[in-house]
Amino acid sequence: MSELAIRNGIVFDPLNGIEGEKLDIYIKDGKIVKNVGASATVIDASGMMVMPGGVDIHSHIAGSKVNAGRILRPEDHEKDVETRTSLTRAGTGKSIPSTFTTGYRYARMGYTTVFEPATPLMKTRHTHEELDDTPIVDKGCFPLFGNDWRTLEYLAQGRVEECAAYVSWMLRATKGYAIKVVNPGGVEAWRWGRYITGLKDHVPNFDITPKEIVRGICKVNQLLKLPHTIHVHTNDLAKIGNYETTIATMDSVRDLAHDNKPIIHITHVQFTGRSGSAWHNIGSGAPEIGDYVNKHDHVTVDLGQVVFMDTTTMTADGGFQYMLYQLSGNKWMNFDVEVETGAGVVPYKYRRNNYVNAIQWGIGLELALLVKDPWRVYLTTDHPNGGTFTKYPKIIAWLMSKKAREKSVGRINKTAQKKLDLPGIDREYSFPEIVIITRAGTAKALGLRQKGHLGIGADADVSIYNLDPTKIDPSKDYRLVRKALKRAAFTIKDGRIVVKNGEIVEAPLGRTYWVDSKVSESLMKDVESEMRKTFDDYYTVQMDNYAMDDNELANPSRITVKAEV
Amino acid sequence: MRMTKEVIPNVICTFCGATCDDLQVTVENGKVQSSRSGCAISLAKLMEYNRDRHLTPLMKKNGELHEASYQQAVSRAAEILANAKYPILYGWSSTSCEATKVGIELTEWVGGVIDNTTTVCHGPTLLGVHDIGEVSCTFGEVRQRADLIVYWGSNPIHSHPHHMQRLAIRKGRFRGGRKDRKIVVVDVRKTDTAKLADHFLQITPNGDYDLLCAFRMAVRGDELEQDVIAGVPADKIEEIADLMVSCEFGILFFGVGLTMTSGKHRNIDVALSLVRDLNARTKFLIMPMRGWYNVAGANQVTAWVTGFPYAVDLSQGYPRYNPGDTTVIDILSRGDSDAALVVASDPVSNFPVEATRRLAQIPIVTIDPRPSATGLISEVVFPSAIVGIETGGSIYRMDGVALKTKPVVPPPPGIRPDVEILRDILREVKKLKGGQTLE
Amino acid sequence: MLSLRVTLLSGRSLSQARAKVSGKLSDKYARSVAICELDPDDMKSLGISPDQKIKVSTSTGSVVVRAVASSQAPHRGVAFIPYGPWANMVLSSETQGTGMPTFKGVEAEVTPAPNEEVLDLPHLVAEMTRRT
Repeated sequence: MSELAIRNGIVFDPLNGIEGEKLDIYIKDGKIVKNVGASATVIDASGMMVMPGGVDIHSHIAGSKVNAGRILRPEDHEKDVETRTSLTRAGTGKSIPSTFTTGYRYARMGYTTVFEPATPLMKTRHTHEELDDTPIVDKGCFPLFGNDWRTLEYLAQGRVEECAAYVSWMLRATKGYAIKVVNPGGVEAWRWGRYITGLKDHVPNFDITPKEIVRGICKVNQLLKLPHTIHVHTNDLAKIGNYETTIATMDSVRDLAHDNKPIIHITHVQFTGRSGSAWHNIGSGAPEIGDYVNKHDHVTVDLGQVVFMDTTTMTADGGFQYMLYQLSGNKWMNFDVEVETGAGVVPYKYRRNNYVNAIQWGIGLELALLVKDPWRVYLTTDHPNGGTFTKYPKIIAWLMSKKAREKSVGRINKTAQKKLDLPGIDREYSFPEIVIITRAGTAKALGLRQKGHLGIGADADVSIYNLDPTKIDPSKDYRLVRKALKRAAFTIKDGRIVVKNGEIVEAPLGRTYWVDSKVSESLMKDVESEMRKTFDDYYTVQMDNYAMDDNELANPSRITVKAEV
Repeated sequence: MRMTKEVIPNVICTFCGATCDDLQVTVENGKVQSSRSGCAISLAKLMEYNRDRHLTPLMKKNGELHEASYQQAVSRAAEILANAKYPILYGWSSTSCEATKVGIELTEWVGGVIDNTTTVCHGPTLLGVHDIGEVSCTFGEVRQRADLIVYWGSNPIHSHPHHMQRLAIRKGRFRGGRKDRKIVVVDVRKTDTAKLADHFLQITPNGDYDLLCAFRMAVRGDELEQDVIAGVPADKIEEIADLMVSCEFGILFFGVGLTMTSGKHRNIDVALSLVRDLNARTKFLIMPMRGWYNVAGANQVTAWVTGFPYAVDLSQGYPRYNPGDTTVIDILSRGDSDAALVVASDPVSNFPVEATRRLAQIPIVTIDPRPSATGLISEVVFPSAIVGIETGGSIYRMDGVALKTKPVVPPPPGIRPDVEILRDILREVKKLKGGQTLE
Repeated sequence: MLSLRVTLLSGRSLSQARAKVSGKLSDKYARSVAICELDPDDMKSLGISPDQKIKVSTSTGSVVVRAVASSQAPHRGVAFIPYGPWANMVLSSETQGTGMPTFKGVEAEVTPAPNEEVLDLPHLVAEMTRRT
C-alpha cells in the first residue's frame, strides 16, 4: 500500500497554480511524488474533483471546555449516536461529538488536519489526551496567553524578550502550536466578575491595556518566528456594535508588519462584526471590516459562520458566556483557570426568524463575499459556536451559489433581509477559491508547508469528491455540490486510503504538531528562575509537575525554529 | 531502581481528589522510607501500601481462591467477560486515565456497561449539572482571590485533609491568608472542619433542600417568613446571605452530604442555582469535593470517548446513558447483570447490602493492588501496581486539572499496571469474539 | 429495652481512610469502621458506655457495632457509621430512579446489644453475600 496513483481526476491545487486540470497524482510512502511503479494501487478518479485534504484552522474539538460541554448536554448526544464497527469506535454527536466520532466525521468530509484553537496552558495536557483519542486527522492546539499574569506583567514592564522566552517555555511545556489571545485583559477582569470595554481600558490590578497586550504579543510572536501569526478573538464580544473594536485591533499592530506578510489573524470575525447600538438595530459591520482587510494585507480572518441550528457555544471568553446565559436563560458552565484564563459554555439555538441571529448569519457570508483575496479569509463555523463542522458543505453552497443564498435569505427574518447587504451581492465563489479557503489558504496561514497542496514532497493528504466540475455549474447545481462534499469518495491520509464512499476503511492515528522555538540559553535560564517564583506565588501545582514530557503525546511532530532572541 | 537513598520531590499523592503534588518521598532499595508534606492519609498510604499484597493472580477452584499463572488468569477473565450478556465494568476512580480508556474499549467489545464510583458519590452532582450547568474554577482562583469560603455537607479535615491549608488558609496574591477570609460550614454535626469556621450552621438531617432554597430567597432579597428553616434561624440565614452577596469572591465547596441525603440531585440543583444567582451580585463559584484522586478523570475520559460521564451502556454498540437505569446499583438490584469486572474499587465494602448480594451471585474479575472484600468473593483476582507509587499515569484533580503521576519505586516482581492487565484481557476478548461486530 | 431513634449517616472519617490504605482486610480497618459515633448525651440516655456493643436497625436490616463517643458533637439524634460493609448492612439499594442510594439521612433505631457479636469481615461478607 505504499504506492498510489490517482488517475484522471480534475485536480485543484491553487498553491501550485492548478485550478481544475485533468492530472494524475502519485503517492509513495506518504508523500506526493513524481511517479510510481506499475504495481501501484490505482484510484480511477474520472469525473471527480481531487484536492488537498481539508485543513481546519479553528474548531473546538478537544479539551476542558469542550468536555464540559459534552457533560453539560447529554440531550445533545442522545439523538445522534455512532454504532461501533469492527474498525470504528462507538460514539455520539451532535454539536459536541465525542473524540473518535470527531475524527471519523472530519475524515468522511475529506478533512485531514484540524486545530483546536483555545486551550488553557494549565489544562493543555487534557487537550492533548483528547486529541490523542481523535483518529485520522493531524492536529495541534493554540494555548491561551492574553489573560495570563506572567504575559501581562512582562508586557506591562516592556520586557518583550523575556516574555518571548517565557512563551517559548510555555509552548514547549504545553506542546502548543501557536499563540492564542482571547479578549485580552477581559478574562482577567471576568475572573473578578467584571468587564472591560474597548482596547484602551485598563485591566484591573495590571498596568496594561488590551491594545498593549495585543501589540506586545505580536512582537513576541515575531521574535519567536512561530509558523502561525497570533490568533486573536477580539475584545467586546458582548458589545452590541463591536466591528470597530475588530478593526481597531487589526490596526493596532499595522506598524509592526513588514514584507506584506500577515502578522495577525482575527478569528470568527462574524461574532465581532456587528454594527448598531441596541439589539433591535444591530446590523452588519462586514462591509467596513471587509474594506479594511482588502486594504491591509497584514491581516487574515476566519468567518465563524452561523448556521440555523441548535448548537453549543463555548469560548475562553467567560464574561461573554455569562451574558449569553442571561439573554437566553439556557444552562451555563463557567471554568476560570488560575493565573491564566477562563471558559464558558452555553447551549444556543440560532433561529431564522430571530432578527439578531439572521443578521449574524448574514455577517459571515457578507464578509466572505466582500473580502477579495481568498488567501486571507477562511471558512470556519468556530465549531460548535456558529454551528457544527459538518455544515461546511452547506456554507460552501451558499458561497458558490447566489441562488442558494436567495433561497435561505427568503426564509429569514424579514427586517433582517432588508437590513443586510447580502441579498444584493452577486459574487459566487469558484472551486479554486473554495479550495483556498478550506485548505490551501489555511495551511499557508498556519505555516504548514507540507499541507494544503499537492506539490512534490507534500504530505499525501488528499480528498476526492464525486463531483465533476466540468459538467456541473455550482451556481445552479449547489445541491449536488453540498451532497458531494458531505461524503468524500476517497480520503487519503499520508498516502493511505482512510475513507471510501464516505465510510471509514482505516483509522490510523494522526500526528500532533507543536512548535519548539529555541531562544538563547542565558535568556531562558534567567526567565526560568523568575518563573519558579511565580509558580510558588501563584499556582496550586508545582512547576516540575506542570510541563508535559515529550513522550506524553502519542504521535508528536515537533517543529523547531530558531528564535530571534 | 533507586538503590541509594534519594528524596523524590513533588510527588503527586494518589488518594483523595485534592491530589496534592508537593510530597517529598524518601526511597531506598526500591522501598519508600518516609514521606513529608503530605497529610496523615497520604503518609499512611505511602508507608503501608505494601502490606498483604498478593504476588500472583488468584483463580477460584472448588470454591476457593488459588494461585494461578498470569496467562491462565487473563484467559479466564476474558472468558467470563466475553461470554456474559450484560457485564458491568466498574471502579476506575482509583486508577489512571489510560486504564479507563482501555476499560471503555473493553466494554464496547463485551457489550456491557461501564460505570465508575461517581455512581455512589457525586452522580447527583452530574445530574444537577445537566440541568443547570456549573460555575466553577481551578484551585488557584480560590487561593488568590477568595474572601468567603463555604463548606456545605463536607468535612475536609477528614476527607481531604490538606484542602483547607492549600486553599482557604494559604496566602494568595489578593488575600493575606486566613485572616482575609471568612469560612462558613454547614453540617449536621459540629465537625472538626466546623470547629475551624467563623460561622457554623447546624442543619437538621435531610434539610439541605429547604436551607438552600432559603438562601436563594435571601440572596434575592426575598423575605423569609419562617423563623427557623432546617434547624437554622432565619436571622442567621440572612446574616450569611449578606456575607455571600457582599463578598468579592466566594466559593461553595460541597460534599456528599448533599448528594446522599433525600433530594439528591435536587439538592445539587438548588446549590448550583444559588451560586448562579449570586453571580448577578458578585463573583461566586461552586465546586464538588470529589472523593477519589481520579474520579474526575474517570468522568472526563468516559465523557470524551462516549459523550457521557458515567453509567454508560454500550450493550447496543453505541453509548446509552440513563442514570437510574444504566447505573450499576440499579442494574444489580434488578439482577440484570451476569458478570462483573471491578478495577481499583471495593464494591462489596461500599455498596448497600442488597446490591452486594446480587454482585455475589455473578462471576467477578477483580483488578486491585490490595486485597479487598470484593477480591474475597471473586472468580479471578489480579494484583496490580499502585498508580502514583509503583506506576505512573494520567489523573485529574477534583478541579479538572490533569496531572501526570510517576512511579517512585518499582512494583513487586510480576505485578503489572492496571492498563497492561486490561490490554491483555482485551486482546483475549477480541480473539474470543473473533472480530465480530453487531451488524 | 432502651432504644434511640436516630438519623443515620455513613461517611468518611480520617481513621477510616488511614486504616483502609493500611489494608481492607486488617483488624485496624475493621475497628475503624465497625463503629457508630453517637452524641455523648444520646449515649447516656441509652445507658451505654464507649466501646459497648449496639445494634443499629433500619428498614433494610441490622448490624452490631461498637459505640464511640463522637468528638464532633453536639448532634443529638444523629448517628454516624463510617463507610464500609458494616454501614452498608443497613443501607438500602433503592435509588428512586436516580442511580444513587441513600447513604445519609436514614431513619434508624439504636439499641444496646450486650449479648451479640460484632462480626469480623469474613463473617460479615458471608452474611452479606448469602443467597436469600
